[in-house]
Formats: sequence, C-alpha cells, structure tokens
Amino acid sequence: MSTSFVLKNLSIGDGPVTDIEVTGDLITAIGENLSAAEQIDCAGLVALPGLVDLHTHLREPGFEQSETVLTGTQAAALGGFTAVHAMANTSPVADTAGVVEQVAALGREAGYVDVFPIGAVTVGLEGKQLAELGAMANSKAKVRVFSDDGKCVHDPVLMRRALEYVKAFGGVVAQHAQEPRLTEGAQMHEGAVSAELGLAGWPAVAEESIIARDVLLAEHVGSRVHICHLSTAGSVEIVRWAKARGIQVTAEVTPHHLLLTDELVRSYDAVYKVNPPLRTATDVHALRAALIDGTIDIIATDHAPHPIEAKDCEWNAAAFGMLGLETAASIAQLVLVDSGLSNWSRLAQVLSENPARIGQDPNQGEAIAVGQVANLTLIDPTAKRTIVAESASKSINSPYVGLELPGRVMHTIYRGYFTVRDGNLAKAGRP
Amino acid sequence: MMMNRNLLSAADLSRDQAVEILDIAEGMADVNDREIKKLPTLRGKTVVNLFFEDSTRTRISFELAAKRLSADVINFSAKGSSVSKGESLKDTAQTLEAMGADAVVIRHGASGAANVLAHSGWINGAIVNAGDGTHEHPTQALLDAFTMRKRLHGKASAGRSLDGVKVAIVGDILHSRVARSNLLLLNTLGAEVHFVAPPTLLPANASNMKATLHYSLDEVLENETPEVVMMLRVQAERMNASYFPSEREYARIWGFNADRLAKLKPGAMVMHPGPMNRGLEIDAISADSPQSTVLGQVANGVSVRMAVLFSVLSGERANHVN
Amino acid sequence: MSSRTVLSSDDIDRAITRIAHEILEANTALQKSGTKNLVILGIPTRGVLLAERIAAVISKTEPNTNIDELLGRLDITMYRDDLAKNPTRNVTETHIPSGGIDDKVVVLVDDVLFSGRTIRAALDALNDFGRPRAVRLAVLVDRGHRELPIRADFVGKNLPTAREERIRVQLAETDQKNAVVIEA
Repeated sequence: MSTSFVLKNLSIGDGPVTDIEVTGDLITAIGENLSAAEQIDCAGLVALPGLVDLHTHLREPGFEQSETVLTGTQAAALGGFTAVHAMANTSPVADTAGVVEQVAALGREAGYVDVFPIGAVTVGLEGKQLAELGAMANSKAKVRVFSDDGKCVHDPVLMRRALEYVKAFGGVVAQHAQEPRLTEGAQMHEGAVSAELGLAGWPAVAEESIIARDVLLAEHVGSRVHICHLSTAGSVEIVRWAKARGIQVTAEVTPHHLLLTDELVRSYDAVYKVNPPLRTATDVHALRAALIDGTIDIIATDHAPHPIEAKDCEWNAAAFGMLGLETAASIAQLVLVDSGLSNWSRLAQVLSENPARIGQDPNQGEAIAVGQVANLTLIDPTAKRTIVAESASKSINSPYVGLELPGRVMHTIYRGYFTVRDGNLAKAGRP
Repeated sequence: MMMNRNLLSAADLSRDQAVEILDIAEGMADVNDREIKKLPTLRGKTVVNLFFEDSTRTRISFELAAKRLSADVINFSAKGSSVSKGESLKDTAQTLEAMGADAVVIRHGASGAANVLAHSGWINGAIVNAGDGTHEHPTQALLDAFTMRKRLHGKASAGRSLDGVKVAIVGDILHSRVARSNLLLLNTLGAEVHFVAPPTLLPANASNMKATLHYSLDEVLENETPEVVMMLRVQAERMNASYFPSEREYARIWGFNADRLAKLKPGAMVMHPGPMNRGLEIDAISADSPQSTVLGQVANGVSVRMAVLFSVLSGERANHVN
Repeated sequence: MSSRTVLSSDDIDRAITRIAHEILEANTALQKSGTKNLVILGIPTRGVLLAERIAAVISKTEPNTNIDELLGRLDITMYRDDLAKNPTRNVTETHIPSGGIDDKVVVLVDDVLFSGRTIRAALDALNDFGRPRAVRLAVLVDRGHRELPIRADFVGKNLPTAREERIRVQLAETDQKNAVVIEA
C-alpha cells in the first residue's frame, strides 16, 4: 500500500473549500475533513489540474547553453506545469523517431513533468519535404503534434499534404503562421511605432493570410489544424469565422501577447523581440476577449530561452523569443480571474484541459476527480511577486523582470510527487 | 543651457536646445572661414568615429569637426556586428571604454544601435548618433535646418527658428533616417513638413508622424509652394524590389528636374543629403542650380557637427544621465 | 544676502572716461597718434558694452576716429579651460575690426578681473586671429585673487574682496541701471 497525503482546505477551481487525498500517483478521495498521516495546509489555495504547455522550447539537443530538458522542465514545474510539449527546432531537428525518442527519454530521466516531443512537419524545418511523421507517431515518443514552429509551412501543397497525412494517426499540425515573403527582414509589428523607430515592419496580414489559407485547407481536406501563438485582432476574426463554419481549428495565444505591446520596442531592448512580434493594445484587447469567449482555446507559453549574448546587442542582431514558463499562470490569472471577466475554471481549460486534449496527452488535463492521476497545481491567488531575472531556466530573457504579477504556484504535484512544494523546487525529479 | 550628454534622436532636442546648437554652429562656421581653422576647445578629449557602415562623407565631416576643436580622433571601422559575424557591438564598446573614449560617434546598420550603446552601461562616453539603420540621423537634420535658416535669413539667422517654413521631403520616406530626423527637428523648430513619395515608399501607418502625406510631387509644388524641397537618395537595393516599376518612371514622377525647378517660388531651395543619383531623384540642372544647397550642406555639416561635439562634451560629466 | 554698492553710475562714467584717456595717452606715447593702430576688443558680455563706451569717449576726443577699425568683440567660450566643469555657454559672435589685429595695439576690455583665466583664454583666442604688436588689458574692477600672472594696464577701481563675495557689474544696456555691487 502506497503512502497517502491530504491537501487540506483548498478550492478546486471556483468551487467550495474541500480536501484532496492522494495515494501513490492517484487521487483517492475528495471531500471535507479527510485525514492522513501527512496533512498539508492549503488554506486559501486554488487547485487546478496540472498545467500543460503545448508550446515550449527546451533547446536540447543542440542549444544546451540556453536550456536543457532538465532546466526547462524544472522551470515548468515551478510554473505549475505537469506536462510540456517540446518544440522541434533543436539541433538536430526533431524530424526523426530517434530525436523525439531521445527528448522523451531526457524528460523521463529528469522527472519533473511529462515531456511530449513535437515532431517537425518537414525535414530540417526546411519546408521542402515531409518529415517521417508516421515513424515519429509510432515511436516510443508517440508524437501527435507536428510543427515547424519558428518557420511557417508556407508551401500550400506541402501544408495540404501534412494536414491530410496526419489523419492516419490522429495527429495535428500546429502552424506557425508567418508568410515569409511579407516578413523578410521583419523586426517588429508593422504600425505607427515601427514607422517611427525605423524597424522593418511585420504586417498583421502576414499572419492572417496564412491562417485564412490553412483553415480553408483544413476544411477542404477534413483535417484539424492548430494555430500557434495568434497575435492579431484579424487572426481572431478569421478563427472565429472558421469555428462558426465548423472547421476543426484550435488556436493558442501566448502570455506575452495578452499583456505586452509594441510600445515597449521603443527602448530597443531586445528582450521584447519575439516572433510573432508584440502587437498593439487593440490586438491585446481582441486576444483577451477571444480567450474569454472561447475563440482562442489555449494559452501556451512559447517559452524561448536565449543566452545573454543573443539579447545583449543591437535589436536587429538579437534573437527572437522570451521566457514564459514561470510567469504564465500569473498572467492568466491577471487576464481571466483578477480582471473579473472570467474565472478559474476557464483558466483550467486554457492552461490544462484544452492543451492536453489537443496534444492527446494521457493522464493530463483531466478534471480533478477520484481515480484520476494526481497531476495538480496549487496556486496562492493572493500572493504578489516581483519578477526577477534569476529563475530555474538557464536563460534570463524574461520581459517581465521588475514587474509585479499576481499569484504564486505553491505546490506542483506530478503523478503524486511534489515537484514543487511551498514554492520550492524538489531537489530531484520523480523517481 | 544644459545640453544632453548624448545625441541619439532629433527628438532629444527641445526647441531652445536646437536653436542653440544652430547658433553655436554659426560661430563655428566663422571659424571655418578663418586662416587658422582650429579651436583648442576639446584639447585632450578623444572622439571615436565608430563606423559599422561605410560612409566616407559623414565620417570625414565628423573627423574634421573633431579636429577643428583639437580633439584626438580615432576612426574605428568595424564590419559586421552580430554575434555570428565577429566582434559584437558590446565588445567593441567595452574596448573603446577601456581606451577612454570621451565621445563615440556611431554609424550602424541596425536601427536603435546608438540607443543600445547609450543605455547599455557598456560605455560612459557621450554618444552621438551618426545614422542608425533606417531610424535616425540627427546631425543631418541639424545641418539641413542650419542650411535652411542660413538661406532664408542670411546673417540674421542667429536665434531664429523655422516657424512657418514649408518643407517637402521627397522620396524613400519608409527607409530614410534623414526623413525621420528631419521630421522631428523641423516640427520642433516650427516648420511644416510634407512627405512626398510613391505609396510603396511611405510607412504603412504614419499616424504618429506629424507630416502631410502626398503621392504627387507636382501637386505639392503647385498647391503648397514649399520654401524647401528636399530630395532623398534612392538606395540601390530598392531599385529591384518592386517599390517602383523602373528608374525611368520614378525619375519622371518623383524626380526633381528643370521643369519642376522653374515652378519653385523665388527664394526657395532644393536640398539633397548626398550622395546624389543624378538623373534619378535629381537632374544635373537642378543639382547645380543656384537654388541647390548641396555643397552648402556639406560645408555646414562640419560646423553643425562641431557644435554638437562641443555641446555633448562640455559641462559636468560626473552625473551620467541623459 | 547683503549687498552694497561700491560704484555708482557717475563713478562708472568717470572711470570709463579716465580709462579712455589713459588708453589714448599710452597709445600716443607708443604710436605718436591717439588712435593709430589701436584696436579695442570687448569680451562678452559686459566687456563688450564697456568697450563700446570707451570707444565712444575716444571718438569724441579724437574726431577722426574710424569706429569700424577701432572697435570689436572677442568671444572666448571656445578657449576656456573649464568646459568640462561648466554647462554649455552660449557662443557669441567674434568681430575683429576691418584692419585686423596684426601689428596693432590691442586693448582687451572686461568688466571684472578675478582669477585671470578669462584673459588667458582671450590671449589664446587673439593668437588665432593674428600677431598684435602689444596687448593691453582694461577692466572696470580688479578684485584680486589672481590665479595666473596677469595684471591690468587700465583699472577703473581696485576692490579688495573676499573670495566668496560676488561682484556684480550692472550696466544700463543689460541691467537697466549702472552700478557695481558687492554681494556677500
């Protein structure tokens, strides 16, 4: 018989105060006045199903100076995640069964979260030839999400084929929507600020035209498509239209696109350089509304660590990307709960249930219930914290440093094991 | 008056500061007419010309300006600045700091490079932006304003602004740092700015720009009768990128030529920051006409840059705030 | 802050008239003519006004005086040795009389002689415009505390002061009245 512990006096989402008993890796009881040898006071905390990130750059293999599977999953645990999907743009690219199995194995070895590798759509992310999607799907890593993230599958024929082909094993293509010709040399959102700053503009239409094309392709071939990091009000309109039409499309938004705008680029501080670029306040507003009304299905971090030298330089020379794992839940709380516009159950949907469903992640994103695997996140919603550069991630390119954000992940329980307890990371992962 | 420690953008200058720099430049222009064209003002100061882009004209203008003020001048040409292409901006800046540069004049292909240098903490010296990507070129705007003022007011220029002066800036506004800096400074000095360009070479969203946008040069000459027409250089890399169908068509619609010269009102001037593509954005007759200020702009460049170096290098340096 | 007037408007007029005559006498001794080869250069701001007043007295005394060849101004901002410590000063016009300064007797005019650094800068500036036969110095007030081996040839009034005291020369053209005031 495994040992049990009881989490006392928490709220499940927006629900009333209750207790949760965990035995081994399962939730074994939910109710008032539970007791066990080990009781953890969780008064005031909100329990959510363990958070799931559909869009994480763990950088290993190939870019270990930025992040490793170990450091990235530690950051994920601190951010309340129990599963992450590792993007394919590593070196070598995750375009073969060998690489995805290696990443999955590194994740298991680390033991902080489930690591589900995302496979590349095309060989080497080059957009020329389909990667061996079937081999990756049938590998031990059981890849279900395919993406050339960082690059757009811009060839319409190739995109059509990918959408069709993944139907064979129930996969999904996650598109990085960026028309390449319209964004050659692009540095920031094309608008009034880019005109002033003299930085090459990244027009909204470069994103929207690809999304429009891809939802029509998905409809045509009867497949489903997932749109990575939607960033414009126009993209929201297209997805809303496609959903109304019954097209199988899901959409994600990043925390930074829900909070930050292109005005920040005026500093020329490359920490704000990201792909897709920070947009305008109008876009932020539209994205928030779409997240609340269900047009956007999930928040995904697009956690993109970079070494100092890739950011401590002139804007044009800097790399795209920002950290996000350890701050995502706070921004979601700010936008959904603290705003008074939505609630914790919507937050649980967009940060756990929906991404797990899109990624088909076993034992993740399930409603908290007896018999389920104990993947849990407990958040203190009243805590405030000022973000500092130091974090579990190997990199420090967080755009939120110095900002005060609400909420703090107090405990992360991954298959019954505390990867984070009282806000502190476990010294070792789950054995 | 307290001047800024750095000159990164034309927007850094208040109206009084801008007029003061132009006034100081008047004094410097007198020095350039003297037999001994040298002042001891910046003796013992080291000015580094840090050029990541080739620009012989701008570099020698700054070099002459610094030398006429008795500063020691070091020319540092660096090619390629990204992490992947050899020495980074940061390493270069820290090297210059270690050598004790009092002022760094930077020309860089990346927009914002001067801002990054000024705010990174890598370097303590004064930073003067000599052109950053497609962002700004504030000393060009100052020398253009100086040239306009001199043409319009002659010896009575000192202390004056450019209130009510109509300036048409014609050409590749989208990619022009000269246009951006001129817009900011001309607005500060009270001038009225008109941008004239093919729609492809105007910013997609110019709502923050205090200028009137036009597609037709002829209409502007006809309806606005500007005192100043400033022609921008068409960069070679735009010519085959579908911004306009052909050089011939561009010259016909947006080029300045003898016919358009004849439409200018008396006393109006034609400016060009150089180097000119004769026959493309400006024809030879206009470029060499009495209305042309092209050579005057070059001469005034030295005076204005002397004034800028003097301004950023005088005053207390203990508090490093911009 | 206490202040006391040490020279009245009449005192200033008398001092200027005396200085003008002393300049003429000295030049006559050297050049055999009151204004021959004589150049008077005011140092901005108030030295320029004083130089104009001195030149006016001279041209009254010597009716043949050509004021364009006699009077000028010399801005010394760019020759100062304390630029690094002081905020930017306005650079004003320098005007050298039409005959230049080569082989002339140049009289520099300033309001107050204190450390001597302004005059040192003026001597440097003069050097860049030519080679005078001699350079003289006229000041309205010499308050002592010299930091350089410089002395005035023509002095309106010697005023022993404490270093921390301030001398304010007020002239009607800029200050609406004529007076020299010590502030402590």
